[in-house]
Amino acid sequence: MSDTFQLDGATVPFEPGQTVMQAALAAGHYIPHLCYHPEFKPHGSCKLCTVKVNGRTTASCTMPAEANLNVESNIEEMNALRRTLVQMLFAEGNHFCPSCEKSGNCMLQALGYDLEVHATGFRHLYPDRPLDASHPDILLDFNRCILCELCVRASSEVDGKNVFALAGRGITKHLIVNAESGLLKDTNIALSDKAMQVCPVGVILPKRVGFSQPVGVRRYDQRPISAQALDDAPRQTDASGNCEACEGSS
Amino acid sequence: MGNNLETAAHPENLRRVAIDPVSRVEGHGKVTLLLDENDHVQQVRLHIVEFRGFEKFVQGRPYWEAPVMVQRLCGICPVSHHIAASKAMDMIVGATITPTAEKVRRLMHYGQILQSHALHFFHLCSPDLLFGFDSDVAKRNIVGIVAAYPDIAKQGVLLRKFGQEVIRVTAGKRIHGTGSIPGGVNKNVSIEERDYLLKDVEQIVTWSRESVGIARKLFEQNLDLYNNFGRFDAHTLNMVRADGALDLYHGGLRARDMSGKTLFDHYDYGHYWDVIFEDVKPWSYMKFPFLRSLGTENGWYRVGPLSRVTQCDFIPSPLAEAERKAFLAFDGGKAAGATLGFHWARMIEMLHAAEVIRDLLHDPDLQGTDLVSTGERQERGVGVIEAPRGTLIHHYKVDENDQIVRCNLIVSTTHNNQAMNEAIRQVARQYLDGKKLTEGLLNHIEVAIRAFDPCLSCATHALGKMPLEVELLDAEGGRVDRLTRSSSGVFE
Repeated sequence: MSDTFQLDGATVPFEPGQTVMQAALAAGHYIPHLCYHPEFKPHGSCKLCTVKVNGRTTASCTMPAEANLNVESNIEEMNALRRTLVQMLFAEGNHFCPSCEKSGNCMLQALGYDLEVHATGFRHLYPDRPLDASHPDILLDFNRCILCELCVRASSEVDGKNVFALAGRGITKHLIVNAESGLLKDTNIALSDKAMQVCPVGVILPKRVGFSQPVGVRRYDQRPISAQALDDAPRQTDASGNCEACEGSS
Repeated sequence: MGNNLETAAHPENLRRVAIDPVSRVEGHGKVTLLLDENDHVQQVRLHIVEFRGFEKFVQGRPYWEAPVMVQRLCGICPVSHHIAASKAMDMIVGATITPTAEKVRRLMHYGQILQSHALHFFHLCSPDLLFGFDSDVAKRNIVGIVAAYPDIAKQGVLLRKFGQEVIRVTAGKRIHGTGSIPGGVNKNVSIEERDYLLKDVEQIVTWSRESVGIARKLFEQNLDLYNNFGRFDAHTLNMVRADGALDLYHGGLRARDMSGKTLFDHYDYGHYWDVIFEDVKPWSYMKFPFLRSLGTENGWYRVGPLSRVTQCDFIPSPLAEAERKAFLAFDGGKAAGATLGFHWARMIEMLHAAEVIRDLLHDPDLQGTDLVSTGERQERGVGVIEAPRGTLIHHYKVDENDQIVRCNLIVSTTHNNQAMNEAIRQVARQYLDGKKLTEGLLNHIEVAIRAFDPCLSCATHALGKMPLEVELLDAEGGRVDRLTRSSSGVFE
């Protein structure tokens, strides 16, 4: 029998080596996140998954699960902090959802709706971030980058190409292309790369197919992100083989 | 009183009256009048005081984003910009779109015509037309119409609602949808969606026909007023089908001078700049287009329902065609040249839109699955449609990296800029000159503007050529100093 911890009053089992986030998702409990991806090592940069563990705040995606922890996630104090973080992300970049082809499929937008972020709250910085449209098949729109490094990790760990990296520090930190010219056309990125599939926002895009998916069938048109994040997580089953988070289970 | 009224000879000694903002139009504008000590009008100008920068900030964006981005110019007829930009991008991707794609777009566009015309006639203008131009201002609004004419108000609301539903089915959303994309559309119309619209369409045709009757009755009851209010002669521009029929989605350009002589016909809009050019004046953010063959001063023209209905050879739907003939024959043809004839022509177009929607809904091509096509990539794309308010031109240049490097939009209301100024100057001459101004009299100016159904938010694009005028006034309102920057950047 595995150890357990408490998450918002529910008992969550975990296996050795799991983080609080991994165990929570596996048991069907959603904790908001952006830079976490079940296929990659935890990164802990976006801080959206911040929870209170025994009274202290920490990122749940990097916090190792331990027996008898008391984790508080879906409480107003944490959700208020998350709303502020989302507001800051919107203010730091140029996120114009009305004309963005990722609208409806964007995790940042979906989180904004889910957390009920009704206004940005901060003065927009309107950074000047020109597009990199040099590649014949792939467009980079840096305006929308949230520095989650999922593309960096995917290109490095899965594709073995190291196409992307982060440069600069603090507010000047930004995504760069790992080529002498700095242009994507001078890399060996391909449409089939994992790095093409992991961007949670609208930075890395295949060219000439934008808006081909009608309104109504985009990923977050039907169900909020809080319901769908669980789809990507491996489920924990009970002793009888039933998963309590899955539809139709007893 | 001067004849021209655009610029007074000595504005420094004149009294200024402003209508600010002009109400019951789309967007923000104001009218200024300068009057002498005897209340004679010396200058009348329609100013567009808001500013849009879409031509600039679309630069650098990928071309497939344009149809979705530029429609944000407007919340009233975004479909017009959505489709005009898509047509331009069809040229960029070298596509000849499929029958299904064209018919879905046409359905979307005629839904747009229906809802926009209904909104304008019933919500914005019926208070003037049914209560009177100088009636009680407290009741001269849509709430007053609902109280006094509940059936007409309900009819207007439901006509608009149906048009919005047509847009939702084809574009995905009632406002700012994404249905039209470069080379085609991203969805067809399902059987369920078709049947949902079909159940109401006959009622919509009937109500649209009754709406034409309302417009005709207004003329019959106030013949002299409606024939002559703000009346002026103008050249015309509109798009017609290859056989000369009214077509609001595609065709060639037709221009006629005020005597009816054809200046050009079935002109390929892909080279519109050879026949149309734009002038900039120092007192407005809105440009002043003109027909090149007639020159800057005399080449201004009128677009929109009045031009389209009077200059097409026929309307290709039976009920609207019968109404067109009746309109042209009415009172010896006088209504067809009247500023308030816009309203009648607009209702005839709304009836045509209802008939077109009905016929399209019975077309099995709407359920086709061949939605997008491509061809040989081009550098330049021009898309033109007849939007609710008139001819709409979108022109883009796209580089080899798929980024837009140049954009020019000539929006319906911009074409009508000088015509609207002419209309309000004529009204000033007819009704205001030498009189003590009242709210009712000033509303006459707004009635003339509203007849054009201007969309001022769409129409302001003089970026990079923005003229500027700064006046320093003393405590009594007298001008102490004045500084102007011309469109060429020269300060005077």
